[in-house]
Amino acid sequence: MEDVGLLAAMPINEIVFFINKVVIAGLIIGSVYALAAVGMTLVSGILRFANFAHGDIMTLGAFVAFVLTMLMPGLGALVGLPTAFVVMPLAMVVTAAVTIFLDKRFYAPLRTVGYKPITLVIASFGVMLMLQGVIRLFFGTAPRQMYVTAKDIYRIPFGGRHIIVTEPQLLLIVFTIVSVVALHLFLTRSRTGKAMRAMSDNADLARISGISTGHVVRTTWIIAGSLAAAAGTLLAMDVSLKPDLSFNLLLPIVAAMIVGGVGQPYGAISGGLLVGFTETLSVFNWAILLRPLKPHLPEWLEIPANLAFVPTEYKLVVPFFILVAVLIWRPHGIFKGRVL
Amino acid sequence: MSILSMRDIHAGYGGANILNGVSIDIEAHEIGVIIGPNGAGKSTTLKALFGLLTVSEGSVTFDGEDITNNNPETLVRRGLSFVPQEFNVFPTLSVRENLEMGAYVRRDDFRPLIEKIFEYFPPLRDKHRQPAGELSGGQRQMVAIGRALMMEPKLLLLDEPTAGLSPRYMGEILERVIAINEGGVGILMVEQNARQALAIAHKGFVLAGGRNSFTGTGQALLDNPEVAESFLGGGAH
Amino acid sequence: MRAIDLRTVTLLGGLAVIVALIFAWLGNAYGVRMLVEASCLAIVALGLNVQWGYAGLFNAGVMGFIAIAAFTGMLVSFPVNPVFWESEAPVMLLRTGTYLIIGVAVTYLVSRADRIGVPKKLRTALTVVVAAVTYLTVQNALAPAAEIIEKGSSFVGGFGLPVGLGWVLGGLVAGLLAWFIGRITLGLRSDYLAIATLGIAEIVKSFLKNADWLTRGTLTVSPLPWPVPTPNEIGFVAARSAYLALTAVLIVAIYILLQRGWASPWGRMMRAIRDNETAAEAVGKDVNRRRLEMFVLGNIIVGVGGAALVTFGGIFDPSGFNPINHTFLVLIMVVLGGSGNNLGTIFGALLVYVIWTMSEPAALILFRYGASWFQQIFDIAPPSDLPTRALQMRVFVIGLTIILVLRFAPRGLLPEKVMKYE
Repeated sequence: MEDVGLLAAMPINEIVFFINKVVIAGLIIGSVYALAAVGMTLVSGILRFANFAHGDIMTLGAFVAFVLTMLMPGLGALVGLPTAFVVMPLAMVVTAAVTIFLDKRFYAPLRTVGYKPITLVIASFGVMLMLQGVIRLFFGTAPRQMYVTAKDIYRIPFGGRHIIVTEPQLLLIVFTIVSVVALHLFLTRSRTGKAMRAMSDNADLARISGISTGHVVRTTWIIAGSLAAAAGTLLAMDVSLKPDLSFNLLLPIVAAMIVGGVGQPYGAISGGLLVGFTETLSVFNWAILLRPLKPHLPEWLEIPANLAFVPTEYKLVVPFFILVAVLIWRPHGIFKGRVL
Repeated sequence: MSILSMRDIHAGYGGANILNGVSIDIEAHEIGVIIGPNGAGKSTTLKALFGLLTVSEGSVTFDGEDITNNNPETLVRRGLSFVPQEFNVFPTLSVRENLEMGAYVRRDDFRPLIEKIFEYFPPLRDKHRQPAGELSGGQRQMVAIGRALMMEPKLLLLDEPTAGLSPRYMGEILERVIAINEGGVGILMVEQNARQALAIAHKGFVLAGGRNSFTGTGQALLDNPEVAESFLGGGAH
Repeated sequence: MRAIDLRTVTLLGGLAVIVALIFAWLGNAYGVRMLVEASCLAIVALGLNVQWGYAGLFNAGVMGFIAIAAFTGMLVSFPVNPVFWESEAPVMLLRTGTYLIIGVAVTYLVSRADRIGVPKKLRTALTVVVAAVTYLTVQNALAPAAEIIEKGSSFVGGFGLPVGLGWVLGGLVAGLLAWFIGRITLGLRSDYLAIATLGIAEIVKSFLKNADWLTRGTLTVSPLPWPVPTPNEIGFVAARSAYLALTAVLIVAIYILLQRGWASPWGRMMRAIRDNETAAEAVGKDVNRRRLEMFVLGNIIVGVGGAALVTFGGIFDPSGFNPINHTFLVLIMVVLGGSGNNLGTIFGALLVYVIWTMSEPAALILFRYGASWFQQIFDIAPPSDLPTRALQMRVFVIGLTIILVLRFAPRGLLPEKVMKYE
């Protein structure tokens, strides 16, 4: 009896709405940011510069996956997964190769003696523009669909309503969990993984210890490039493939990295989720959640129609404010990372 | 035959040379100590030897081969290890991982070696899972030396291993240095605490102005009134 | 001072010949327009040179500072909109403003409550709550006002004041924004300044684009009043020439001021800080404060140049600001011309803008030629949006140029002269 009463008193519609609009959405976009920020934070920790081209490397990876999908659209049906997801590993390999090439051609020469660290940052803007130019040259600026067939939608019943998760969202969550675990094992168990952490801690000592820094740098780019490609592809699968996201991706990723502490992969993951959830919570219209309270409120207290903190068109403000807040109060991030 | 011989080394940063002709010879299994006033080029000598700055003149021979301006990775493989004075551990890596990084170029099973290092430095055994950055200064120094020993080097270069340590730890570290040396590893170290260091040295080198000023056995240098006057802070003890 | 050397003369002479050829080929009206735009960008580049060339600060958000200054200039100089002032909106805006001021004041007081014994954690929580309430109150007070304005009078209009005043105020607003950003990031490494400026630029743009009541948003505002007679009154060439004369005077004035400042003890200190921060700090210079001064000064100049540029275009269109044209092009002007050298920067601005303008038809011709060749061989029709795609190639070239200049000619075509300290 009591149970039913409680259930009836719960604003189930609103709760499900909240889960769909905030929890799922935040988890999705947070995972994308996390995947991208992990790579960026590793690169920043080891090479000591913020690679501003990272957002466009995501887009590049997604386009590689897109081209592969168009080349063999039937591949997914063979294994029962979306084609874009099946070709994603290949796209990750290609993107990793591209990042290594970019490093060799454009960044490595500037790492030698005589260049200021900021030169590398500016060079990364140069690389960013080059990537943007190439992507738009070949693909134009119109958004594209990654799916060759319709997206599967899963409805999980919850108190008479449905929590809705789409196939790409599920794949994204699974992929994020798997790669975080894999990365953790790699960094704590493997020789190269430990060497990466060592070099991020103290690059000079790593060299003195005989660690092959070239090998470590290559591995770092491979991880960063392939995770960025995966993040870009999965994001494009969930929404659509937009060639001009660049800064809209870069800003939350950098915010996630700095919140988590530069050079801290676990920090970057938490930072990514934090930024993702903050974004969705900020654009969420809280008035909807307050509506069930209406009969209990006094007449004079009216619930405004719009109680969102940030209008959707200003979403970019959210990571920016997180960034600014962290820089003011905790420049080392919440995970005791370093300041670049 | 000497394991290491530096002949008339000139080296420096950018334009100006800091070393203007340093020569050092060490036999295998010896402890060599470099002393001298600040700015004499003591640490620079070790860095030049270890390929961290370019030698412009002179030659370095190690174990019968010319190693002038070789890169650190090659030197480590040849059996030379270097412990810098500062920032000489990986702070977020555990003690054990720090030691493993010292053995990065090794492909064999080096677990027995880690055991051996725990025997040299017993305090590390209990803390082997702790991040090295959380240890005390003396224990960090132990990790640093342990890391350098993981390649089973023929010669170990130590840059002021006792700098900033309490007298208790200073004694302990020097004692360990002797023990390591008795285990068959040659040592070349730079020291500020000249008296204590020369007391354990087979050979001492006094540098001044980037040149050799005195060379001799540790005891001979301690007994030399001129050295005592200028470099050991006043007359005999 | 120093004699102007052969290299400078040759480069400037070569540029003059190119400009003369463009005048002859495309006509005077076109040529003057190009020169005016280049001169406005040269002012912007001088501002960036103060930051990058002199202080070593990398501003990746020039676009945002141009946009905010251009908006301020528009607001100050655009004719008064009587419909707005006669409606009830001004009172509502006033009320919103009052809420905002009260809210900010209360937030500030609460944030210092720990001084009267409130525990720090409670203070932080209270501050956040008060800030959030302020924010929501202001937002909800603004919404109806914005609605009335957008329905009735389309936007608030301007104040009808002189254009020159608008430019100056635009510069000051850009400087104020720079002060906020600089306060937060200048103590940290330049990477943080880069991301913060990049972020604020995008935010300024999206604010101007979406705050329709204030800026008309995507509907754009035109025609912007000019400080000189407009083409309608005296014809294209004459009007543009008058405008060019004005910007030229501005450039000369800013150039002289900067050169003087640079030769003064203040300038010497700035160079010392840039070239050896640690040493400057060691002798007791407040490095971050000096940097903040440079950053703000640079952005004031950027703002004036940006306001002049947009005024010349005659239309305030928030969507028209983009990082390529308004941030990275200016960056190239500075690094290619010679960072730290004002003459080099002005030269770089003219050269890069001429190449940039000419590259548009060049890219199109090149692509059309390439496409027809491609079609003949492979029998594939070129995509219909070929022109827009061809222009993307220029983005690629800008990126490549930045990297190549940094690597092979980090001091630019007209490098900074090393000053003697005797």
